[in-house]
Amino acid sequence: MQGLAQAIERIFYDESGRILAALIADLRDFELAQDVLQDAFAVALVRWAEGIPRNPAGWLYVTARRKALDRLRRDSKHSHDPDLLDALASADTVSADELDSIPDERLKLMFTCCHPALAREVQIALTLNTIGGLSVPEAARAFLTEPATMAQRLVRAKRKIRDAGIPYDVPPLKALPERLETLQAVIYLIFNEGYGATHGEALIREELCIEAIRLGRILADLMPGAESLGLLALLLLHHSRRRARVREGRLVLLEAQDRALWDKAEIADGIALLDRALELRQSGPYQIQAAIASLHAQAPDSASTDWAQISALYGALYRHLPSPVVALNRAVAIAEAFGCETGLTRLEALGEDAFMQRYYLYHAARADLLRRSARYTDALAAYQRALDLCQNAVETSFLAGRITEVKAIIQG
Amino acid sequence: MQYMFLIYTDPQVAAAAPEAEMNATMAAYFAFDSEVRQKGIHVSGEGLHPPSAATTVRQEGGKLVTTDGPFAETKEFLGGYYILDCKDLDEAVEWAGKIPGVKYGSIEVRPVMVYTQE
Repeated sequence: MQGLAQAIERIFYDESGRILAALIADLRDFELAQDVLQDAFAVALVRWAEGIPRNPAGWLYVTARRKALDRLRRDSKHSHDPDLLDALASADTVSADELDSIPDERLKLMFTCCHPALAREVQIALTLNTIGGLSVPEAARAFLTEPATMAQRLVRAKRKIRDAGIPYDVPPLKALPERLETLQAVIYLIFNEGYGATHGEALIREELCIEAIRLGRILADLMPGAESLGLLALLLLHHSRRRARVREGRLVLLEAQDRALWDKAEIADGIALLDRALELRQSGPYQIQAAIASLHAQAPDSASTDWAQISALYGALYRHLPSPVVALNRAVAIAEAFGCETGLTRLEALGEDAFMQRYYLYHAARADLLRRSARYTDALAAYQRALDLCQNAVETSFLAGRITEVKAIIQG
Repeated sequence: MQYMFLIYTDPQVAAAAPEAEMNATMAAYFAFDSEVRQKGIHVSGEGLHPPSAATTVRQEGGKLVTTDGPFAETKEFLGGYYILDCKDLDEAVEWAGKIPGVKYGSIEVRPVMVYTQE
């Protein structure tokens, strides 16, 4: 029995997004679709004790549709679209064995979840809970909120989709580039929330990274544009370093990571995707970032990293994304390629920006270059400033470690 | 489904516009109005007098109190509205972008409630 529950859990994780997407297309109702899919899984738990059907996803889809028909017929309080009832009734004659495949409506579901009429945090929660495999409590835990808060956010989102008439469709061509950008941004944010962990104790929240990669893969499979391929490549290349990135609860910088721990298969996968993306000759920020990550991934050790190329790529990235963060990374790459002094001159210029002054990574990067230039007193002050501004527990302890080191040198 | 387009504008901005621009805006409204009528999606729509002509009525302790001016002191005021019949929100947003007033403020798009007998 334990084995069955586990098998069903696995099928739920792998297949529920696709079944749900098809059910919403049939029923035009997110809440009903999720409810009847739950019903179908509950039935499976009983029926499958005799054996799991040959086509479990098809079985679940057919059963969920039958449940929907039952529910709609029983519900005498509301009048229902007779066309919908007819369609469900005629579909009901198809058995799971006769069903070739479930129609793949996941793109429609993704675009609907990431519709601009929904707030960004709602887009993220809805994507994780419908197309992704995170239950409400899991999604709540991933975003450090209460399950009740998350549940309410999702219910409100589904009502807005229904009441405001948000279409369940892939957007028309003229709206597509912008809508696709939103979708990519949502996937990227989910990954970053997992990988960068802007708050909380853990540095990496693995389940979010895995979800983001899965979503990125669905998008790259169904709509393989240059930036979607580039995004997936980027996620894989970052994720390949996860085992080397934290040691005993502490952050390990790229140059100090044990490269033997990097995931070779993921790196190869990421580079192959990036090559496919670059062949399409439509440059974009995800591809450039993936190219930077691939240069790190391909260097046998930190010293042989092609920093000149990386600093040039950051220059190209800055033209797409003129953000202080990109400027900071570019200055750091310049320091690696052309020496600490050149890098520090760049950083000083960036420091005139008010955002930089409040950005802990700016002070951390500056402190690092000062330390490496043997300007220990200045380095100490910069580390201290970075520590004051940092909110991540693991990075805080990293900075505190550096402060102890530099103090020892000064007093030494 | 029916959507109401609430046209919020800043009367200061509109008043500051040169006469030629105001005439162009009026012409754009006439064009918009005839376009939505021709498409058969026009349900209703009106322009409103500015907030200086507004009177607010509320109930305080069971008594009706009438005061001069609009309810809220904001920069943008409801200047007019349309109700249009659109396929979905995407289509509604597209029409919202064509309402000339979008240049002077913002358009709030709200689905009209449908009451079903239960």
